[in-house]
Amino acid sequence: MSSHSKALKITKRALLVGGLAVGGGLVVGYAYLRDKPGTAGFEAVGISGTALNAWVKITPDGRIILAVPRAEMGQGVYTAIAMLIAEELEVNLGQIEVEHPDVDGKYANAFILTEPMPHFRPLIWLVERVAAALPLIVTGGSTTIRDGWEAMRRVGASARIMLVQAAAMRWDVAPEDCGAAQGSVTHAKSGRSLSYGELAEAATRIKPPSDPQLKPPSAFRLVGTPAPRVDIPAKVTGRAQFGIDVVLPGMLYAAIRQCLFRGGHILSYDADVVLGLPGVEAVVPVHGGVAVVAKTYWQAKKALEALPIEFDDGGNRELSSKSISELYRQALDEGDAVSVRADGNAERALEKSATVLEAVYELPFLAHACMEPMNCTALVKGDAVEIWLGTQAPTMANWGAAEGAGVETDKVTMHVTFMGGGFGRRQEMDISRQAAQIARALEGRPVKLIWSREEDIQHDSYRPAVMAKFKAGLDETGAVTAWTNRLVLQSVEADYGKRNLPEILGSDGDADIAMTQGADDMPYALPHYTVDKVIMKLPMDVGYWRSVGHSHNAFFTECFIDELAAASGQDPFAYRRALLSQAPRQLHVLDLLAEKAGWDARAKPAAGRGRGMALHACFGSFVGQVVDISLSVQGELSVDRVVCVIDCGMTVNPDTIEAQIESGIVYGLSAALYGEITLQAGQVVQSNFPDYEVVKLAAMPVVETHIIPNTNYPGGVGETGTPPIAPALANAIFNATGKRIRKLPLQNADFLSL
Amino acid sequence: MAYTLKVNGDTKTLNIEGDTPLLWVLRDHLGLTGTKFGCGVASCGACTVQVDGVAMRSCVLPVEAVTGAEIRTIEDLAHGEILHKVQQAWIDNQVPQCGYCQSGMIMAAVALLEENPQPTDEDIDGAITNICRCGTYQRIRKAIHQAAKA
Repeated sequence: MSSHSKALKITKRALLVGGLAVGGGLVVGYAYLRDKPGTAGFEAVGISGTALNAWVKITPDGRIILAVPRAEMGQGVYTAIAMLIAEELEVNLGQIEVEHPDVDGKYANAFILTEPMPHFRPLIWLVERVAAALPLIVTGGSTTIRDGWEAMRRVGASARIMLVQAAAMRWDVAPEDCGAAQGSVTHAKSGRSLSYGELAEAATRIKPPSDPQLKPPSAFRLVGTPAPRVDIPAKVTGRAQFGIDVVLPGMLYAAIRQCLFRGGHILSYDADVVLGLPGVEAVVPVHGGVAVVAKTYWQAKKALEALPIEFDDGGNRELSSKSISELYRQALDEGDAVSVRADGNAERALEKSATVLEAVYELPFLAHACMEPMNCTALVKGDAVEIWLGTQAPTMANWGAAEGAGVETDKVTMHVTFMGGGFGRRQEMDISRQAAQIARALEGRPVKLIWSREEDIQHDSYRPAVMAKFKAGLDETGAVTAWTNRLVLQSVEADYGKRNLPEILGSDGDADIAMTQGADDMPYALPHYTVDKVIMKLPMDVGYWRSVGHSHNAFFTECFIDELAAASGQDPFAYRRALLSQAPRQLHVLDLLAEKAGWDARAKPAAGRGRGMALHACFGSFVGQVVDISLSVQGELSVDRVVCVIDCGMTVNPDTIEAQIESGIVYGLSAALYGEITLQAGQVVQSNFPDYEVVKLAAMPVVETHIIPNTNYPGGVGETGTPPIAPALANAIFNATGKRIRKLPLQNADFLSL
Repeated sequence: MAYTLKVNGDTKTLNIEGDTPLLWVLRDHLGLTGTKFGCGVASCGACTVQVDGVAMRSCVLPVEAVTGAEIRTIEDLAHGEILHKVQQAWIDNQVPQCGYCQSGMIMAAVALLEENPQPTDEDIDGAITNICRCGTYQRIRKAIHQAAKA
């Protein structure tokens, strides 16, 4: 594929580094160097100037502190990284303290830098285009474990080897005669033992091993076993600190209003009306809107509501969901398409087919609706900027703050907190840029900017609206002879770049491989297989939404394959199975799914019942789901049970995998049942949870997750539960009613009642 | 104007506007940030606290309406290192993910169990109407049943 060949490949040299920690003790970390002549890149120049990925610090008093430069948003990353280190360091999980270090440029997410990840291709481009050292940290694309699987174990192993060598030197014995366990080195023959803390100083003088040997997975005592998450105790007592909880002396609060119209801006506002109101300190124009700053948030919010604001409509007063849908429909037939995949000659194969099926599917814009509304606290003193926030992309937040305050990026110090949900939303520059703009206007005073829920819903970076037209040919036996798929949508890559760093990340979207992921790499054996896309340009911000392109493509492809099965009179399980001869891992998932769900091809659904299945590969993992539903005669839909099978390679913390699957399913189910952002007169219609409804406890199905044990390299987990749920549910509705669902959300289907 | 509040057993007098929602009084005036802002319209339940033993959404509750009432927040559930049985059940079942909604969830669950010590699934469906975007509902249900047995 041309788009793949364009993707950057950086060769990496990974280097273990060890040395003396600030304040004493041993630090061992992992650095990535770029083998690219002529660039400063990630040059390792010792601990202080090294692009460390994560590090473990062992203090003389025996504390083991792990700095994880990845964002904890509930996916269990703190625990999983700690487990990988503890496995090789030979300590118990409970002996490790985990912290998110303040960011000053020592980190890099090597996987994103070195793999052509569609999810973050703009950032990879950026590394190519910016010659100076560039610290990049992004938590997304379900990459944490794939990135850390080996690197983190090497860090643990190296630290252990250095500690053992330090002990052996002190005792004047062979290192091979010493053993490490539970935070101590022992010499069995003499019965001597020293704790890691006692050895930490001496170990700093040992050169880190260049290639430490790692345990084979069969010897793991911790990795692959369920472990309690280290971040949970603070989350049941209210002590966990999210960005919105940051409190600083003398802190002010800001409330914001952004332009109601897509592509519009604020023409004017009358600050004098509110400057005399209680607590109000300032009215500050910011990127995309205007903020009112006051002594308390409530005062700021009330004053904002009283602020007269005039909006420019950006010439988009005619823009609506209906007008966009019409544009899309036109593009399905006439649009200027970019070919993404063209195997064989699908058009000719269609002409020769016994049967040709055609279907058009349509999906809406979706908001992320993280529980914690967007917020950021900033303090500007001279050209020094400090910001506090929960973010998936500290690098982008850093750039945003630097731009907002008008300083260089190295003047920004960032304090990263827990995130109240991320889902792809918290990798935008918007909030830190605005917070820094406000703090600059109130120099010397910290200001916490909090978006209202209404701002959050109406100014998101939405999952794109997508339309897809499929055609498939079948022979007399029902086998697929040809498959064509045209997608019409905005490009997330182009839009993210335009919104965040247009001068560097500008793209027309033609090469955006994320929009077709899951559509152009289907595992089914399709003899003639064509995928193309029409990239639309609309004044609607689109961004990375949990599972990105897979969120729409799994729905389209797994519903359409179900249509083919039905058209050929075959069982959906058997039909898929016959197409998976070249995809052993998918086949295994499908077989286990049928077994665990009790799939019976011969069984007719009982009245008012239905079941459907879907299978999807994404982020290096393979997931299948079977959904059971009930439907009353009045059309009341109940999603009763979801059986999920995942093959995500070797596992770190199976309980976290189950939790993430449950999470991904609920996220996708909310979208399938209720989720839609619509436009009317150039404005987003929805504004808060009452009209952007999501699944609540009463609607929660029973979820059963089965993880396939295997020795393949770990795949991603955090996003993989989301793609299959919508098609499995739609197929279950067909099973129960004979009616095809080709458009979501289901709350708009006239024969259903939710 | 001065308002006197009883929060977690302490009496506090604050000079604030009477329409300030209890949520912001707790968070910004009293430093009790365990109670969260989620929607501002009593829809998501992240701001749930107990007012005279009843679970209420503090984001739409003006402070002038709760003077004299006993207000209890997430910070008051544990006694030192001894967790409330609901908190313990939350840990045992590894309920929280991002954790942002969990203070409100736990406060709603505590209020439910105080009123109905052995709730059925239907009772839980009816009482826990808070939103969790991470989708921890299955574990919440399990944890409530466990706490009911404790």
